[in-house]
Amino acid sequence: MADKPKDVLFNPLFNNNPIALQVLGICSALAVTTKLSTSVVMALAVTFTLVCSNAAVSLIRKQIPGSIRIIVQMTIIASLVILVDQTLKAFAYDISKQMSVFVGLIITNCIVMGRAEAFAMKNSVGLSMLDGLGNAMGYNIILIGVGFFRELFGSGTLFGMTVLPLAKNGGWYQANGLMLLSPSAFFIIGIFIWLIRAWKPAQVEQEN
Amino acid sequence: MEQYLSIFLKSIFVENLALAFFLGMCTFLAVSKKVKTSVGLGVAVIVIMTITIPANNLIYQHLLKKGALAFLGLPNVDLTFLGLISYIGVIAAMVQILEMTLDRYFPPLYNALGIFLPLITVNCAILGGSLLMVERDYNFSESVVYGFGCGVGWALAIAALAGIREKMKYSDVPDGLKGLGITFITVGLMALAFMSFGGI
Repeated sequence: MADKPKDVLFNPLFNNNPIALQVLGICSALAVTTKLSTSVVMALAVTFTLVCSNAAVSLIRKQIPGSIRIIVQMTIIASLVILVDQTLKAFAYDISKQMSVFVGLIITNCIVMGRAEAFAMKNSVGLSMLDGLGNAMGYNIILIGVGFFRELFGSGTLFGMTVLPLAKNGGWYQANGLMLLSPSAFFIIGIFIWLIRAWKPAQVEQEN
Repeated sequence: MEQYLSIFLKSIFVENLALAFFLGMCTFLAVSKKVKTSVGLGVAVIVIMTITIPANNLIYQHLLKKGALAFLGLPNVDLTFLGLISYIGVIAAMVQILEMTLDRYFPPLYNALGIFLPLITVNCAILGGSLLMVERDYNFSESVVYGFGCGVGWALAIAALAGIREKMKYSDVPDGLKGLGITFITVGLMALAFMSFGGI
């Protein structure tokens, strides 16, 4: 992997996207994408956690003994997630209720752990923060993209505002109920991966 | 009795952690290439869930819940904000203990599970199960049933996916969809199928 700051920041966007290529962090992401507003909040929360945890892990990387590093990383991440969780409960209670357990699940979001382990343990603080930001962006693109399609086609709205007038309210658009159900998130991500790989054929998996 | 049965069946089929809540997806997608390994992982998840969810339930009911510290003369202390950090601690510790016990007393099983045990610590399904249990305020015996049911549901889902993926080797998939892409779509179809259990 190149170590130039610009590459560190922009590579994860499409070339090495955490969801589409590294298969990280799918778990806590999909369930919150039925609406655009919850996906944006989730994206912000993950960005904050990822940048701060990468910075913190990188700061103390020379002091962490190898055998207990997982526990140390977990503790750092869990503390940051508690911060996010409490802030959301205080300032955006409705959204935090809708997201229920999924804020807490940022702890086990593999992106955060994966980047701490794979990048922050080996690189300087500045680079690690950039790496955190870049990976969070790659994650956000997918998350917000999925949220956009699911809310638009599932309920004809964006951020709760009507874009496609629904048939039951006298408009012309028949809502696609499937988009609000969990399977649609898988289909949309599958198609996203297809598009990215059609654009960058080097990522196509070879049969072994 | 009926209520336990309903929690058990609900956690396996209706609210399957993998297919309805998207929990444990990373390992779910990464380790489902072969039926054999995925069954091994599934068994490990069942064991860990059956232990950690009740353990976390005890911690929540007796230490963290509002008013739980009344026996120390602190009836107004509400420690629920420490929940996340203590649950993950319990999970990590349990995984470690299980690993050492297996290594000492059941070496064949330990070798069979191998790398999957440490992986389980970061499996979102375990933490998610604990958090959902807290959110629904289950009591201790309910949480035992819930933990076991969730584990079985997850194991069932990963074994089924692995079976499908083994068969899929023979099908002709478009280039860009090979590997991860087609897996996502398969999981989506499985989730659709599991939704039909919703009426039970």
